[in-house]
Amino acid sequence: MSTTATEQSKETTEAIKGGEFLIKETDAKDVFIPEEWSEEQKMIAQTCKDFLKQEILTRLDEIDSMKQPELMPSLLDKAGELGLLGTSVPEEYGGFGMNFNTSMLVTEVLGAGHSFAVAISAHTGIGTLPILYYGNDEQKAKYLPKLASGEWKASYCLTEPDSGSDANSGKTKAKLTDDGKHYIINGQKMWITNGGFADVFIVFAKIDDDKNLSAFIVEKDFGGITMNEEEKKMGIKGSSTRQIFFNDCKVPVENMLSERENGFKIAVNILNIGRIKLGAAAIGGSKAVIDNAVNYANERKQFGTAISSFGAIKHKLAEMATKVYASESAHYRAGQNIDDAYERLVQNGMEPAKARLKSVEEFAIECAILKVHGSEILDYVTDEGVQIYGGMGFSAESPMDRAYRDARINRIFEGTNEINRMLCIDMLLKRAMKGHLDLMKPAMEVQKELMSIPDFGASDDETLFAKEKKALLNLKKAGLMVAGAAVQKFMQKLSSEQEILMNLADMLIEGYVAESCLLRVEKLVAQKGEDAMKIEADMMRVYLYEAVEKAASAGKEAIYAFAQGDEQRMMLMGLKRFTKLEPFNLKDARRRIADHIIEKNEYTF
Amino acid sequence: MKILVCITHVPDTTSRISFTNGDTEFDKSGVQYIIGPYDDYALARAVELKEQSGGTITVLNVGTAETEPTIRKALAIGADEAIRVNAEPTDSLFVANEIANVAKDAGYDLILMGRESIDFNGGMVHGMVGELLGLPSVSPVMTLDLDGDTAKMTREIEGGKETIEVKLPFVAGCQEPIAEWKIPNMRGIMSARTKPLNVVEPSSQAAATKLEKYEMPPAKGEVKMIDADNVEELVNLLKNEAKVI
Ligand SMILES: Cc1cc2nc3c(=O)[nH]c(=O)nc-3n(C[C@H](O)[C@H](O)[C@H](O)COP(=O)(O)OP(=O)(O)OC[C@H]3O[C@@H](n4cnc5c(N)ncnc54)[C@H](O)[C@@H]3O)c2cc1C
Repeated sequence: MSTTATEQSKETTEAIKGGEFLIKETDAKDVFIPEEWSEEQKMIAQTCKDFLKQEILTRLDEIDSMKQPELMPSLLDKAGELGLLGTSVPEEYGGFGMNFNTSMLVTEVLGAGHSFAVAISAHTGIGTLPILYYGNDEQKAKYLPKLASGEWKASYCLTEPDSGSDANSGKTKAKLTDDGKHYIINGQKMWITNGGFADVFIVFAKIDDDKNLSAFIVEKDFGGITMNEEEKKMGIKGSSTRQIFFNDCKVPVENMLSERENGFKIAVNILNIGRIKLGAAAIGGSKAVIDNAVNYANERKQFGTAISSFGAIKHKLAEMATKVYASESAHYRAGQNIDDAYERLVQNGMEPAKARLKSVEEFAIECAILKVHGSEILDYVTDEGVQIYGGMGFSAESPMDRAYRDARINRIFEGTNEINRMLCIDMLLKRAMKGHLDLMKPAMEVQKELMSIPDFGASDDETLFAKEKKALLNLKKAGLMVAGAAVQKFMQKLSSEQEILMNLADMLIEGYVAESCLLRVEKLVAQKGEDAMKIEADMMRVYLYEAVEKAASAGKEAIYAFAQGDEQRMMLMGLKRFTKLEPFNLKDARRRIADHIIEKNEYTF
Repeated sequence: MKILVCITHVPDTTSRISFTNGDTEFDKSGVQYIIGPYDDYALARAVELKEQSGGTITVLNVGTAETEPTIRKALAIGADEAIRVNAEPTDSLFVANEIANVAKDAGYDLILMGRESIDFNGGMVHGMVGELLGLPSVSPVMTLDLDGDTAKMTREIEGGKETIEVKLPFVAGCQEPIAEWKIPNMRGIMSARTKPLNVVEPSSQAAATKLEKYEMPPAKGEVKMIDADNVEELVNLLKNEAKVI
């Protein structure tokens, strides 16, 4: 009896909550790291790579030219034949029921597929998942097998000309027919990925004068659907993007998803999943850019030597790799948290589809963080990729041109990065208010520490990464200090101090990613020894150093903006204390990182 | 029909090759391994033949435990079972002996493999296996079709193509365009883990050769481009700078 009780309490204390990283230390043993992919997962990743190489990367121009409307759907069909459209779909519906991290791995690898990557992730993500997670048995049985095989292609219609970030404000209407058998949908949707060839549209509309959206599964053949020509875009030119008009489109009542007015919740929850996966796709894209960049830097000679021998170029390569490595660490750490939460919920008797949603909802803060981080490192990496290519980087003939243009959309869709930055802080504070996360106590402790005499002595803790762990802990304290003070100052009005929210989000994002990177390297060192992990440790230290510097700068801006006089002085001192770093030769570390990549001629981590 | 497909486990074609231990060992660190591309063609054709007329496919690799991911990939592509002869594949004769040893009483109708591996590119194993088993051996095979107990094949020869007919069983070294490489699909990957992979110990044959040392090919020298109209300059350079004429 007593053993069961202890075991149970152990289980509940061990269950990590979303956002809790800020106030709780994680044991490196408990995080998943990409080095732990199983043979099977590696084979799945290889299949995705082979597929890209064989079917996609050889015809990027053809795809982007949009001259053959049948091309993209036929490529999706081929992906369907390999089973790549059904990774998340349960076996009973013709899929493979893979866990979250495996499906994210598939997304990551395919993320190097430019326009194709967008088409496939819209189909398998926002197109398929609403039915998978919110559909009833009949809806799932009718649609999922066809979506998993690729026989039908899906799209997601939320955005409207006057309703983008403010997604619940859409004007599209649904009206029940007199016989009660159909909803008649009228309205205009915009920016619909896969719109040009989709067979199934997940449409969000308001029934009568409802305040909230409802969601419907609409088949192309229901009639009343027309669309504009393809949008002319800056990037992902081969991805179909349409404006779609619903004119008296007649949808059987049984095609409503979930319940009336539950559409906004569906939209938000599906976007949570989409967000972290978008981040993963960005990592895949980034790795491909690094491979091209280092290859070019090794080939291109100036002043009689390969440009990869120049320190300035090494700096770039090292920074690109470090950011990707850190972001990747965070993505799969969060993915595993989601998988673990799912397992627990299912064990406790929750229905799988519901458990899947709940588990992602639990980590919605991390999902938002990773959407922002992934998309921004992709832009960083592609920008430096162009720079490494020099004039050739600006040529439409080089791979950097497409990479650079295609990267840009990621900061805009699935919730702009501004919206996601605000969301992650908003969610964190809401959880604290609901008592779900105890931010108060740690914030108070930081306050207390501020009043105490700082410890100036260098730490004599010689255990592995003791200094780095301390720097990280302090980074979190800095975040808690600034956030705590901002909340006290503005209370409910904090939401209109967006600039400060952005600062707080930056501190949160950097803290999460730096910690994930540290945990990954710590686990690796425990497995393989310090000598084997020197480059990884260099990347971790470089990332951590930069993360702390960014947090210091964001924190300072925030403090300047809302604190005055003694309070300001006190907080600035605290910030300085919490973001103090011991000198570290970043230059040499970056050189070692770069030299490794240069020697291997690719991103090898 | 019983098909045996022999596969090699080789560094990916894009790997950077380097050596360690006083240039006596290939540096495996960070190297990605793949099924030998020519073996992959053989396997792909075997899968097609099985689809057409049924049968079973066994893949065979002579290698240490580290080759198992490569073997599993072959199972994911469509082989039914696998045999790994647990030994370092030291040279062609050694490998051929081990293959022959496995195949001799097993009644395979077809023994397919790549025309050559892409690590040492010996291109000898199929011939040796044929000899050891007393079977005809054909290479490089570009097409292979079956008609009852007869196979019709085309083979690349100097300046042309040769069409041959052979009675089963026989050994073939394959190359493109015999079939298109197959990417393992999700279903194949998921089923690969449950397919049998039997490990057998090698027969006691020792290798016939010993590796002394690896050497990198000399680095590519500087290239001077000379305009097509400037033959005089070319002759001058060949005579006075390169000193080859
Ligand atoms: C190529 C492409 C494909 C797309 N695919 C789909 C799809 O398949 N389905 C779909 O439904 N939608 C899709 N979208 C739409 C996309 O999700 C929206 O464009 C995005 O949500 C932003 O909305 P918006 O364009 O209306 O910008 P706006 O909302 O007008 O935003 C403009 C700017 O204002 C900022 N902003 C807005 N509100 C706030 C606020 N409250 N506080 C601070 N800043 C704010 C934004 O961050 C942004 O910088 C796609 C868009 C593109 C370009």
